Amino acid sequence: MGFQLLSSSCYCGSQLPSQTSNGILRLSTVTMPKPYQKRQFSQTRRASKILAYYGLTTPPYELDALEPYMSKRTLELHWGKHHQNYVDSLNKQLVNSPLYGCTMEELIKVTYNNGNPLPEFNNAAQIWNHDFFWESIQPDGGNLPWGGVLQQIEKDFGSFTNFRDEFVQSAMALFGSGWVWLILRADEKRLSVVRTSNAICPLVWSDIPIICLDMWEHAYYLDYKDDRSTYVNTFLDHLVSWHAATSRMMRAEAFLNLGEPKIPVA
Amino acid sequence: MAFRTLSSKKTLTLTQTLVLGLRQPSSSGNRGLRHGRGLVTFTLPDLPYDYGALEPVISGEIMTLHHQKHHHTYITNYNKALEQLDAAMAKGDTPRVVQLQSAIKFNGGGHVNHSIFWKNLSPISEGGGEPPHAALGWAIDEDFGSLEVLIQKMNAEGAALQGSGWVWLAFDKEMKKLKVETTANQDPLVTKGANLVPLLGIDVWEHAYYLQYKNVKPDYLKNIWKVMNWKYAGEVYANETA
Repeated sequence: MGFQLLSSSCYCGSQLPSQTSNGILRLSTVTMPKPYQKRQFSQTRRASKILAYYGLTTPPYELDALEPYMSKRTLELHWGKHHQNYVDSLNKQLVNSPLYGCTMEELIKVTYNNGNPLPEFNNAAQIWNHDFFWESIQPDGGNLPWGGVLQQIEKDFGSFTNFRDEFVQSAMALFGSGWVWLILRADEKRLSVVRTSNAICPLVWSDIPIICLDMWEHAYYLDYKDDRSTYVNTFLDHLVSWHAATSRMMRAEAFLNLGEPKIPVA
Repeated sequence: MAFRTLSSKKTLTLTQTLVLGLRQPSSSGNRGLRHGRGLVTFTLPDLPYDYGALEPVISGEIMTLHHQKHHHTYITNYNKALEQLDAAMAKGDTPRVVQLQSAIKFNGGGHVNHSIFWKNLSPISEGGGEPPHAALGWAIDEDFGSLEVLIQKMNAEGAALQGSGWVWLAFDKEMKKLKVETTANQDPLVTKGANLVPLLGIDVWEHAYYLQYKNVKPDYLKNIWKVMNWKYAGEVYANETA
């Protein structure tokens, strides 16, 4: 997603160990249209009005690339309408708001307001969640992770099957709309499965998300109707991107020591 | 004691319930089947109309799934939770009793809410969509100004609701006033106030409209008034104010 920095005196400034799912920054100005005037030397140039805005990122695959596990129709609606609506709504809300110049992660934390969310929270968090979700799945996904991710899963869950069962159980036990996450707990330094309601995401409590699954009904209803169990199992068998998980784990290790640091002995 | 197995998904008729000496169905329609050790479980109530009777406002496909899958699952899981609660209470296992509360609230609430919902709707041919008359009509005019204002308000609240939930037209028994309330997930209306009686409820979970209206929730909310059963709401209101 792109955003425009207003100035160095923006509200958000703290650095947090968090993830950008996409690092594109786009700078542009929006000038207010003004009637044509004859330029005079004494006339000062009117300042351009700069607005902060967020953009909708495209998933890293074609909308029909996830067939038959997630239909093109679902993606057209889920990304093209739901995700787009969150972006448009947030931009509208920010027009008259002091929350300029934040990265999405900062905006989420600020608007979460420690449990009393501001109106912008829902839109901001949902934009981030969906970006994270599109990158958590891929064509020809599923199967098993490998290398460090598999090792860490086996260390923290006992076996991959245990993790899988826990993930499915958590998804099925979710009441209402929400998300299921595989996260890296920052304090305990271990992987864990959590579920959150509505728009809440692990960023608000500073854990590091590795993959997520959208359990809002709009994510699966067209393809699976009420059959959530098939949806969750299909996600794990055919959609989840362990490539994305690996790169996120690697990035997480820049902020967390997962084991003893390897200090060479002189 | 004779043990009755239910071979179909239909409810026990009133006669059967009385013959078996079971608890009478309550006015809200939540029928229970009392088992040998005193546990009451529940069965799926029939729809008072065909699955396709609410077309084109709500498609037959949605009605079928909503009733036979979603509502039925709430009832199944509610019964399961009740059995587990019964066992936990008999053993005095307090942590387990407390742990079961969220499943009971969710699934029990789902059963309560949907039982009301089916009665809130009726086909256009049977009076669905006809505006309220008499006492309820006057009460709406008094508390909201007009029916249009009430509908606008409920639609706005429904559209603004984040995630899953319900919009209600409630009667506050204490304050003797009509109110618009929302509840999250499957929380029944009483969780918003013990004095609130549900007159009308609109399910704004995505499963209630997604197959037909996709993401355009406002269209669903605008159209559902065409099949709203104001007669039922009027009866409940009359009961409460009698």
